[in-house]
Amino acid sequence: MKEKAVIQGFVKNLKARKRTGLVWHVVFQASTVVGIIALIALMLNVIDGAFGYVAYEARVDPDTLIVDGMPVEDQNKEQLVALLQSTLSSGAYNKLDNEKSFVDRSREEVYQLVVERIIKPKVVQVWKLWPSLTQADEIRATVAQDHPGAELDFVSWLTYDFVSRPQTSEPLTAGVRTAIFGSLWTILFTILFAFPVGVGASIYLEEYASDHWLNRIIQTNINNLAGVPSIVYGILGLAIFVRALEPLTSGEVFGLVDPTTANGRTVLSAGLTLGLLVLPIIIINAQEAIRAVPRSLRNASYGVGATKWQTVWSHVLPNAMPGILTGTILAVSRAIGETAPLVVVGASTAISFDPSSPFSKFTTLPIQIYQWTSRPQDEFRSLAAASILVLLVLLLTLNASAILLRNRFSRRY
Amino acid sequence: MTQPNPQNGKSEFVLETHDLGIYYGNFRAVADVNIPVRRHKITAIIGPSGCGKSTLLRAFNRMNELFSGTRIEGSVTFEGQNLYDPSVDPVEVRYRIGMVFQKPNPFPKSIYENVAWGARIHGFKGDMDELVVSSLRQAALWDEVKDKLKQSGLALSGGQQQRLCIARALAVQPEVILMDEPASALDPIATLKIEELMQELKQNYTIVIVTHNMQQAARASDHTAMMMLTNGESRSGTVIEFDETNIIFTRPKDKRTEDYVTGRFG
Repeated sequence: MKEKAVIQGFVKNLKARKRTGLVWHVVFQASTVVGIIALIALMLNVIDGAFGYVAYEARVDPDTLIVDGMPVEDQNKEQLVALLQSTLSSGAYNKLDNEKSFVDRSREEVYQLVVERIIKPKVVQVWKLWPSLTQADEIRATVAQDHPGAELDFVSWLTYDFVSRPQTSEPLTAGVRTAIFGSLWTILFTILFAFPVGVGASIYLEEYASDHWLNRIIQTNINNLAGVPSIVYGILGLAIFVRALEPLTSGEVFGLVDPTTANGRTVLSAGLTLGLLVLPIIIINAQEAIRAVPRSLRNASYGVGATKWQTVWSHVLPNAMPGILTGTILAVSRAIGETAPLVVVGASTAISFDPSSPFSKFTTLPIQIYQWTSRPQDEFRSLAAASILVLLVLLLTLNASAILLRNRFSRRY
Repeated sequence: MTQPNPQNGKSEFVLETHDLGIYYGNFRAVADVNIPVRRHKITAIIGPSGCGKSTLLRAFNRMNELFSGTRIEGSVTFEGQNLYDPSVDPVEVRYRIGMVFQKPNPFPKSIYENVAWGARIHGFKGDMDELVVSSLRQAALWDEVKDKLKQSGLALSGGQQQRLCIARALAVQPEVILMDEPASALDPIATLKIEELMQELKQNYTIVIVTHNMQQAARASDHTAMMMLTNGESRSGTVIEFDETNIIFTRPKDKRTEDYVTGRFG
């Protein structure tokens, strides 16, 4: 009889355990759903801003520029240059010619100038994607009533032109090419600096450093550094790379720039600052990866008489590499989206030429986004939304290539 | 380290411990061990779990040092020279005294590379293919893998992996091979293959083997060291009896040995 009571007790217990399990199952599922909803909301918000109606007025009606019955967009380069010469003041024309000779400019570039300098389309109002889709008739009515001369177009702010044009102050002709190149240059130096130093430090800490109190303090500090706010790294970068190492980061010691205008606010400074920022993350992840290499593998290597270095180089590193690369991908993804430290280090917000060397002035995509979202006009928010899409695509591309690289490493074994 | 003496001048003992004690930090894991390892013989170390068999084995090629905080007292001599002399490089020791581990641990590389790597890092300049083939032959693995040398060593079965590890150890031409329970993760058939292999190998090598398996020690070894924890306060492991294997298993002098080998204890 007693045994049966015990068995019944167990059955009751099982039901309760299953119920508890179910509750937790639902809780975990709900957490995931919250994350997915947040992600979808983010994407919808960005897409909502990146497309939609735009109403704009031209200062000069393009119809008045028709030559021989040919509208301005079909005219050839010579005609466009002549138009510029006749319309602009000679000072403004010569300035353009000095910046880049009209002989060297392509037809597209000259046409761009005509649009910017003569036609000067001006945005009067923009609508987001959702109202553009649902209230198209009202929008048309509003434009016809308030801005009779304005043209209404449904546009995608994210276009090939947007990606390939340099930055300008006019929303309709602004692009992010400068910012894309700035981001790529910056991230290149971040990787060049942080990856070897981070992996080197992690090898030292895991394989060589003894269990000494000093090493434990260093380890604790690295863990803490990973949590330091990024703006603090910006201030550090400003003090070290922009100010203290200015001759180096401005390229002055290499004789590459004019000493009178040399300035440490360069791609190199920014890359090194972001490198410092992600260094602790790379070190911690690489240490984890190195620690995960099984002891038996090290024993096997030592057992045939390998030195520590041969063991690390031939067995520990190759086996830890997928994990190290995963950590690096995370770190670089963080670096590419950083804004605050770059503001402090001195990213330019309005430059229209691409960075061409480590010592170039720069802007990056997050800086551009930050700058555009802080403008009061709606059209800049649409530009920001389009830039966010560009940034996301850039991020995904970099991550995808890093993951491919990692998979190659994993497959070797 | 000096080169080995000419054959005729060699002592019968390849390895000897002299009052050897091994510490992990302040804990004395092994104490007062005095055993010889005879040339071209198989010496087995048996005893209950946790009595320091593997620790003692690793002291023979200074593998213990890879764990921080280990130190020894007394000495281990190899061909008459103290292995723990400050002038001796532990890397050189491990090169001349190879090791096979409890769990098969081939490198995650091809079968060929597994065997060749050790020789290559030591600057082997001869015919690598020949070395790989002869090592695999000596390890009785050649016939099974000759068509798949480029495949991963991890694709082999457990018993094959362990023989690959033996081939890897042989490829650097050691004088002594230490085996730490080499068959404990294997089935009886694979175990038997390893034991047969040991009989082959002892023609050319000196072997020290740690084993949990009484029958294995009785079948395969020439000499046996019986280890046990001392009953003192420190509970260190020590060798309570060392003799020829057939004596240990038929008429041991120590009561504890008798209890252990007959299965009444441990």
